[in-house]
Amino acid sequence: MADVLILPILVPLATMVATLLLWRAVWVQRVLHILGASALLVVSILIASMVWEGGILHFNVGSWRSPFGITLVADLFSAVMLFIVGLTGLAVAIYSIGSIDDEREKYGFYPLYHALIMGVSGAFLAGDLFNLYVWFEIMLISSFVLLVQGNEKEQLRGASTYVIINLLSSLCFLAAIGLLYGLTGSLNLADLAVRLPGVDAPGVVTTIAMLFVIAFGIKAAIFPLYFWLPASYHTPPVAVSAIFAGLLTKVGVYALIRVFTLLFTQDTGYTHGLLLGIALLTMVTGVLGAAAQYEFRKVLSFHIVSQIGYMVLGLALFTPLALLGAVFYIVHHIVVKTNLFLVSGIAHRYLDTFELTSLGGLYRSKAWLAILFSIPALSLAGLPPLSGFWAKLVIIRAGLEAEAYIAVAIALAVGLLTLYSMTKIWNEAFWKPLTRDVAEISEVNVSSIASTRSLIWMVAPVVLLAGVTLAIGLYAEPLAVAADRVAGELLLPEAYVDAVLGPASVAER
Amino acid sequence: METTLAILVGILTAAGIYLLLRRSMLRMLFGLILISNAVNILILTAGGVRRGAPPLVEAGNVALGAGAANPLPQALILTAIVIGFGLIAFALVLVYRTYTALGTMDADIAAEKRGEAA
Repeated sequence: MADVLILPILVPLATMVATLLLWRAVWVQRVLHILGASALLVVSILIASMVWEGGILHFNVGSWRSPFGITLVADLFSAVMLFIVGLTGLAVAIYSIGSIDDEREKYGFYPLYHALIMGVSGAFLAGDLFNLYVWFEIMLISSFVLLVQGNEKEQLRGASTYVIINLLSSLCFLAAIGLLYGLTGSLNLADLAVRLPGVDAPGVVTTIAMLFVIAFGIKAAIFPLYFWLPASYHTPPVAVSAIFAGLLTKVGVYALIRVFTLLFTQDTGYTHGLLLGIALLTMVTGVLGAAAQYEFRKVLSFHIVSQIGYMVLGLALFTPLALLGAVFYIVHHIVVKTNLFLVSGIAHRYLDTFELTSLGGLYRSKAWLAILFSIPALSLAGLPPLSGFWAKLVIIRAGLEAEAYIAVAIALAVGLLTLYSMTKIWNEAFWKPLTRDVAEISEVNVSSIASTRSLIWMVAPVVLLAGVTLAIGLYAEPLAVAADRVAGELLLPEAYVDAVLGPASVAER
Repeated sequence: METTLAILVGILTAAGIYLLLRRSMLRMLFGLILISNAVNILILTAGGVRRGAPPLVEAGNVALGAGAANPLPQALILTAIVIGFGLIAFALVLVYRTYTALGTMDADIAAEKRGEAA
């Protein structure tokens, strides 16, 4: 039964290998690319329904018993995240068919894409820290290559910052793993959850916790470790930056939430207090950065940073309602942010620029695009009845209940500033008249992108994701119930430990 | 033995951080290599440095006998070395490509050029 847990890793792996073997047959690669992404979505739905019905699943790779071997675990949190990976993975896969240029297709875009997806799904399933490290690295190395593929100057500039900072974060992660192993003699998450409370060295444990904050914080782009993100995310093709924006930072947030609910809960006053400060600074600096930018994807990149702050705020408040909000926010954010990047790509397709000052007139000429943009944009700003409203509402209510009034005030103010910078994009790209000569622009586009058929590939996923946002907004209950169950599971790690190690092994200790 | 190794880890990390703070991207990379070696030794030290019997399970037993060496840190380090090697090789090529494209190894100058472009 639990063998199914290997599938979210095997499906992208098989797709990657198949597309690598068919290196020259680009057409076949495209078909496999879509098939692989669809298969992953089906598998993730299957796992989510199994976890929903039957509780936490775990699978011991090679039949080594749990604390000793490699373990894959899917609790509801992992299952929800996997489902979102399946959904956005497919949406961006469809989009990339219409938008990735021939050069990148020829030089291995499709295998790399699936390597990235494999790393992300693996990270969500990893049941021990070293395994998590390995999946992080798989994800990183494929993101490095995707980031520089095409070899443009701007890409190389962004990439050197991105690569060096991310390598440093991996080293912090590895050092923390080493120290934790020295302290407890185990790396299995469930086993650590049992052993850590018995370790009589609170100072050392907190030090290790801080190393994890640095390591995952760089990946999640929290203050003050986020500057590599706006430096690099606007340089690759839109399909690549969309999947980065949707998934990569959220793997960092996932790891933070996992580690700080399961392992480091002994000294919450210190660790979660620090996370609270970090979360607020992340929100404020991110949104101020966005307000200062005039490039479509740079504005969106800074927004990723500020929204990460809300998720970390949910973790830092550490109440059931706050964790519910954090989970809800992650799901909402992945869908919305991916969608906004995809819309920026369609605008680029028409006017051949990402600079807001040179964009314009899109509302008049392409009203449908303006509507497709406004759905995720307003959702990101948190206007009812869209998904972002519920996400923010829950976080803010949790803040009020925890009597963190300053945090609530800052969160509300940041919401307003988010709306301001979304209005800026709206005014510049869609509302104001186009200042340049349209004939000249359309000539550029005819030569660079072939047909209207490619446009269908690009618009379909945007409509799909906008539909998901609307659905979450208008009928939030299923996701809220799921997020509530996730929050319950996160706050009671005993269930996780029991499922992985077996009830007997807890009694043995 | 542990003390010596711990001091070595400290020296390597300090040297690595010093190099990371340089402006030349190549030196930053050398800094990363030093720190990655420091981390590998850290894992080895944290796992306990001792002589022991080879970690083989004897016929009929299901667990290691007493006094066996601990193979896990070495397995971890081996994996970390392989991954680190791949990443560093990639980063070296990237720094080289950046050098040929931008004509500089200086991270500050590269960043200034980015400012001009934006």
